[in-house]
Amino acid sequence: MLSYLVRRVVGAVVVLFVLSVAVFAIFYLLPGDPAQLVCGVKTCSADRLALVRQKLGLDQPVAMQYWQFVTGLVVGRDVSAGPTVLHCPAPCLGFSFQTDEPVLALITDRLPVSLSLTLGAMVLWLTIGVGGGVLSALRRGRFVDRATTALVLGGMSVPVFVSGLLLLMVFCVWLRWLPFPSYVPLGSDPAAWAANLVLPWFALALVQAATYARLTRTSMLETLAEDHIRTARAYGLRESRVVGRHALRGALTPLATMLAIDVGAVLTSAALTETLFGLPGLGQLLVQSVNTLDLPVVVGLMLLAGFAIVIGNVVADLLYAVLDRRVSLT
Amino acid sequence: MSVPVETTTRAGTTEDGPPPARSARVVWRRLLADRPAVFGLAFAGLAVLVALTAPLLSALEGQDPVTFHPELVDSARGGVPLGSFGGVSAEHWLGVEPQTGRDLFARTVHGAQISLAVAVGAAVVQVGLGVALGLAAGLGGRWLDHLLGRVIDLVIAFPSLIFSVALLAVVPDSFPRPLLLMLILGLFGWGGTARIVRAQVLSLRSRDHVAAARLAGARPARVAFREILPGVVAPVLSYAAILLPSNMIAEAGLSFLGVGVRPPTPSWGQMLSKATTWFRGDPVYVLVPAILLFLTVLSFSLLADGLRTALDPRAGGLARRAE
Repeated sequence: MLSYLVRRVVGAVVVLFVLSVAVFAIFYLLPGDPAQLVCGVKTCSADRLALVRQKLGLDQPVAMQYWQFVTGLVVGRDVSAGPTVLHCPAPCLGFSFQTDEPVLALITDRLPVSLSLTLGAMVLWLTIGVGGGVLSALRRGRFVDRATTALVLGGMSVPVFVSGLLLLMVFCVWLRWLPFPSYVPLGSDPAAWAANLVLPWFALALVQAATYARLTRTSMLETLAEDHIRTARAYGLRESRVVGRHALRGALTPLATMLAIDVGAVLTSAALTETLFGLPGLGQLLVQSVNTLDLPVVVGLMLLAGFAIVIGNVVADLLYAVLDRRVSLT
Repeated sequence: MSVPVETTTRAGTTEDGPPPARSARVVWRRLLADRPAVFGLAFAGLAVLVALTAPLLSALEGQDPVTFHPELVDSARGGVPLGSFGGVSAEHWLGVEPQTGRDLFARTVHGAQISLAVAVGAAVVQVGLGVALGLAAGLGGRWLDHLLGRVIDLVIAFPSLIFSVALLAVVPDSFPRPLLLMLILGLFGWGGTARIVRAQVLSLRSRDHVAAARLAGARPARVAFREILPGVVAPVLSYAAILLPSNMIAEAGLSFLGVGVRPPTPSWGQMLSKATTWFRGDPVYVLVPAILLFLTVLSFSLLADGLRTALDPRAGGLARRAE
């Protein structure tokens, strides 16, 4: 168990290393000059461009920049911004090229938005997906099953930006039941927070619910065919007890691992939803910083995304071992 | 955005391996007995036809996808098309684009070209890389298998959408955009195929016919191509069929985020991205690409589902999806 964890942590560090090197590499090997963008494309004199470049640390070799980034991450570093020197404590992700704000602060500012979006949507997609999948498996071949299967195929064919747009048109423009989403922090007004997030939640949850329903159905059918279920039935247990007590546990184990992975992929799934609804979350921040070549922010977000995915995978494996006693981690 | 990966292939779970591969005719007959799959096949075929004949179709309408028609939009109302249903008329079959007045039908059929070409091209890259690396992992000995196994895990777990956004934003516009999209989707999307091929190879390589070929003195390359590769075709084919719709969604997503094909080249994702600011004034502009994208993706998914069932050696006779 311990050696397993150690290996996973080493693996995670390798993945994050590859990720950060890759991001640095693509931003430096390919054309496009962040200093030019900060300085303004047309109104920038050569002197001022050199100054900006020096301030952003772009005048140094790539390897040096990467080294400074890594030391900043581990022990913190000092960054000179003109006459003043800013200290950036570990874990230092540097400062935004565009706004000079610390990247860590930018990320923590926007994290609540992405978390609100993802966690809310998760509750929805689990309810709909698992409920539909279990029902479908128990009524296999009947109308409910066929209808669920059809809905699943439909749901998986609608990208989140299409379902989101349609929801917006129906509920904000035609019916006018809901406000056009704009983020309200949970702390300041819980009702407005929820009202504004209902549409993004549903848009994001629809696709995911379809995937979960499909997996739940397959997994439930496999579990119901296993020997211990037959035994439980042979003992004369009521069907509700067989399903609720014995089948669900086995059937939901693969779901727990998938859920851990999906939560880890929060940033990826949020990028499209946040862009569509204009929610100021991490996904939107990423798209903006990519378009302005704001390297420190992009690197920070990529590392965060990689970190979350790696953690999600480890949690998934651990959950699997805890829930299914036949699995042992070595 | 990634395709869910089945960790065990179904052929790998049977004791004495899959029954001999079904002949193409049997698969075809089973596919035709499957109503949703036939619908998928018909609509997907139509979409491919439309994409191939896009220039012809827009010429038939008498329009092209890039000419501006400022006289057809209401500049006083911010550029909403004049006329009902987004400016539908005998000259403009689906109306015109808001603000620019470009013909929507021409843009839609040309958009189908990008959407399908990128999806197919990316799938070719994904399958090519996946089969090559999966074969190498399955046949190449322990170290290579271990190494490639890690790489496959990495590719599957990689935050590829985010990385693609970053990559697409910095590559200069002189590089052909659709080709770039194919390559990027392909490079990030081969993990699932490789995993399936590897599992299949591991189960195939201990079979009697492979051992017989080895004993008869066949060289490793011959064993790989003549004895192993044919056994990989069916699972790869049914997985590749799911890759198409998922690539279409990925392309549309990237274009939606503004890093896909560049204007004035039309694409459905890009149209949807513009539509986000127009859905109040011009709902038709949203509905046209939304419905087409949905139907095309759905029909490819139905086709993939049917193909999987038809290729599945476990399902007997013409019995339909009663699993």
